[in-house]
Amino acid sequence: IFRSDPLINFKLNGVDVKSSADQTEPLLHILSNDFKLNGQKFGCGKAQCGSCTVLVNGDPLRSCVVPLSAVSGRSVVTLEGLSVKGKPSKLQQAFVQEQAAQCGYCTSGIIMQAQALLDRNPTPTESEVRSALDGNLCRCGAHNRIVRAVIRASKGA
Amino acid sequence: MTTLNASTSRRRFLKGAGALTLSFSVPLVDVYSQTAPEKPRLVGDLQTNRMLSAWIRIQSADKSVLLMVGKVELGQGILSAMQQVCAEELDVDFSRIRMISGDTALVPNEGTTAGSFSMPNGASAVQQASAEVRAILLGLAATQLGQPTAGMSVNDGVITAANGAKITYWDLLVGQSLQREADGKTKPKPIGEHRVIGRSVPRPDLDDKIAGRPIFLQEQHPAGMLYGYVVRPPAYTARLISLDTAPIERMPGVVKVVRSGSFLGVVATREAQALAASQAMSAAAKWNVPKALPTTAGVENWLMKAPVDKVIETKRQPRLSPGTVAKVVEASYFRPYHMHASIGTSAGIATLGSDGVLVVQTHSQSVFETRMAIAKMLDMPLEKVRLQHMQGSGCYGHNMADDAAADAALLAVAVPGKPVFLQYTREQEHQWEPYGSAMVIKTKAGLDAQGNILDWDLTLWSTPHGTRPGGQAGNLLSARYLEKPFAIPKPVNGGAPNFAADRNAIALYDFSGHNVTTHFITDMPVRVSSTRGLGAYANVVAIESFIDELAFAGGVDPVEYRLRFMKDPRARDSIVKAAEKFGWSQWRKRPGFGRGIGFAKYKNIAGYCAVALEVQVNPDNGRIRVLRAVASADVGHIVSPDGVSNQIEGGLVQGLSWTLKEEVQMDDTQILSQDWNSYPILTFSEVPPVEMVLIDRPGMPFLGAGEASQGPSGAALANAVFDATGVRFRRLPLTPDRVLQGLKKA
Repeated sequence: IFRSDPLINFKLNGVDVKSSADQTEPLLHILSNDFKLNGQKFGCGKAQCGSCTVLVNGDPLRSCVVPLSAVSGRSVVTLEGLSVKGKPSKLQQAFVQEQAAQCGYCTSGIIMQAQALLDRNPTPTESEVRSALDGNLCRCGAHNRIVRAVIRASKGA
Repeated sequence: MTTLNASTSRRRFLKGAGALTLSFSVPLVDVYSQTAPEKPRLVGDLQTNRMLSAWIRIQSADKSVLLMVGKVELGQGILSAMQQVCAEELDVDFSRIRMISGDTALVPNEGTTAGSFSMPNGASAVQQASAEVRAILLGLAATQLGQPTAGMSVNDGVITAANGAKITYWDLLVGQSLQREADGKTKPKPIGEHRVIGRSVPRPDLDDKIAGRPIFLQEQHPAGMLYGYVVRPPAYTARLISLDTAPIERMPGVVKVVRSGSFLGVVATREAQALAASQAMSAAAKWNVPKALPTTAGVENWLMKAPVDKVIETKRQPRLSPGTVAKVVEASYFRPYHMHASIGTSAGIATLGSDGVLVVQTHSQSVFETRMAIAKMLDMPLEKVRLQHMQGSGCYGHNMADDAAADAALLAVAVPGKPVFLQYTREQEHQWEPYGSAMVIKTKAGLDAQGNILDWDLTLWSTPHGTRPGGQAGNLLSARYLEKPFAIPKPVNGGAPNFAADRNAIALYDFSGHNVTTHFITDMPVRVSSTRGLGAYANVVAIESFIDELAFAGGVDPVEYRLRFMKDPRARDSIVKAAEKFGWSQWRKRPGFGRGIGFAKYKNIAGYCAVALEVQVNPDNGRIRVLRAVASADVGHIVSPDGVSNQIEGGLVQGLSWTLKEEVQMDDTQILSQDWNSYPILTFSEVPPVEMVLIDRPGMPFLGAGEASQGPSGAALANAVFDATGVRFRRLPLTPDRVLQGLKKA
């Protein structure tokens, strides 16, 4: 396929951006190393743990296995993009209120996964929250706090 | 920094400190004088870091207080708890306190952040130091205001004298007045005056993490940073035969290929380039690969046959009471190798500066001792190496944090002036981290005709639980593969009162005859080191399973049976409160459902925790579902109730994960657990709701909460599965296959 433009254009947290990186590089690297964003963390590189989750056109994807080329013309939202005018979103505030983390390494990926759930199902049951987060691993054992935070956010509290 | 290895009296002192190095903030002359008998014994880590100025600075520029600690944040919330303690005793707002932790150039050396010591040793030191600094500041205010200290009050650093005159901490001419040793004379505040201790203050670091502000080591981007990867051999004992590095050096973005003996690494401009180069190198390298592993199924047998380095008489208590043994019961338990299984792989950033100083950012638990190990590995003077702690993914013990620091350093010295970031692949972390040791535990009890325990014997077999850097290069993974390799130092088993393989091997129950024997095996076909709780998890599972078996054999309620042999009132309280909250007496048996309880006082000297839980076992597929769990915790005086709850519940969940799912898989050559599919851990749907009973003991010592609940939760689970099925499972983990097999045999 002939490409006249070597740049990948996409929307990142609402802003139009370009990347001249090798299109096969994982989105995770681009976001972390080129755009210096922190919402996605490397955990496994195999889409098994969810700590690198970002939203691509609203879908929660594992940025460690998404090549840069796959987001061409799409909208990417990271944890940083959830905040409104620099203030944490309701979901983020709920995580703070519930102190829903220990080390916090998996947390941002989980928040993105939970955001995708709430976008589709604004009032999930507890078991729906657990199912939605089953692909996100937490080793510290903060699971119940995290579930409470998502439920709290869904209630707008 | 000075290394001390001279006189025996100094050695004795340093042994007590658990460290061979002392922070520069304690001048050597002070170290010498610390052995003088007139020095008072100070609380916690103040004993070994006595200068108040090493801990606290009053900073007038921004009206803040700087608190410097050697303990580090691992996700357990320790810095927040210490900040609370400091705010309380200094009478300043929590938010005025800035913290520096784990920078070898700036903080007191508090050794390793491990073993649930950070509250008893670290927070206690902060409490005392803060109280003494407050008293000094009041003294200065008295001079400046011409008012007596009696009748002075402090609110957020504003001192008000009896006559109403005010002055702030930051207006005082503090000068050199904190440049003195603590004396232990000032008493911390009376408990009745506490405003911050005992409150669940939200952790400041969680605000940053939830907002995505750069707080993790993995989020740092120093200017000009390069990316590094290492290549591991296909097996522990493999050695490099041949590799043509020329094609690798020509790959896009490659800055440097590093090769020394069997150690291989690469530095490149972009992360993906470094990864690609390392993969190409891995594919091209030829190794000899001996078969040296016991296989997953063979681990138990290997442990029983391996040469024993030491037979340790952990406890010898011959029975003095009368009574006739009517029945002898025996059992054998096995725990496999466990991973720390951090969600984020270990990482490090290292820079060799133009001043010849190597600065390493690391999420190590032991910055001072790892610094020394790295200096030895690189043959650099200690003062030319500085480690700075930054947060990483939770580690749960000695994972690969120190190895990553060392590997970043090995690559950084090959590209002077350039920061090198290194983070392991998932396969590297899974296959090469030092696992929690597998153990075999055999128990034997002599019972009288009424089912009372007269004699209790526990015998265990274990490989080491501690191969932390400890200042020795050979404990750093890559150092073993260098052209001039460092030998693996022979590990020792930590003795009383904390113990290691035999941690919690002495049951807290009062038995008349009570013997514990430890077979300490130093052969390590599989790399092992400290994993949350060391031997405590397996020993508690064995003890608490066995006492459950004895209770059942005697037809006695397991809670009642435990209390029959438990004298420690705090232990009794913990057991009773968990059982009550669970609704033990009201619980009714239904087919397929079971309840279980487990208890331990961690290390027999720290936190008390009992766990009661309910399971449902599906007889068709062997699946265990934990329906709910209750934990009681007495960890002494509680600084942050929410912090304690988080630790106890987290430990409980991790304990369930170990017990239900976890076992490192290997064939005779390689570790086969290479990712989350081949080493699964508990998921959200599998985590039960947990209720907490916190037992606060105001005024009692801080005991720590990080390692109290894993053993009790594992034991409660095993006991509940027995209650549900009538089958006793003594080999962990309780996977559906194993449960199904057991049910078929029954």
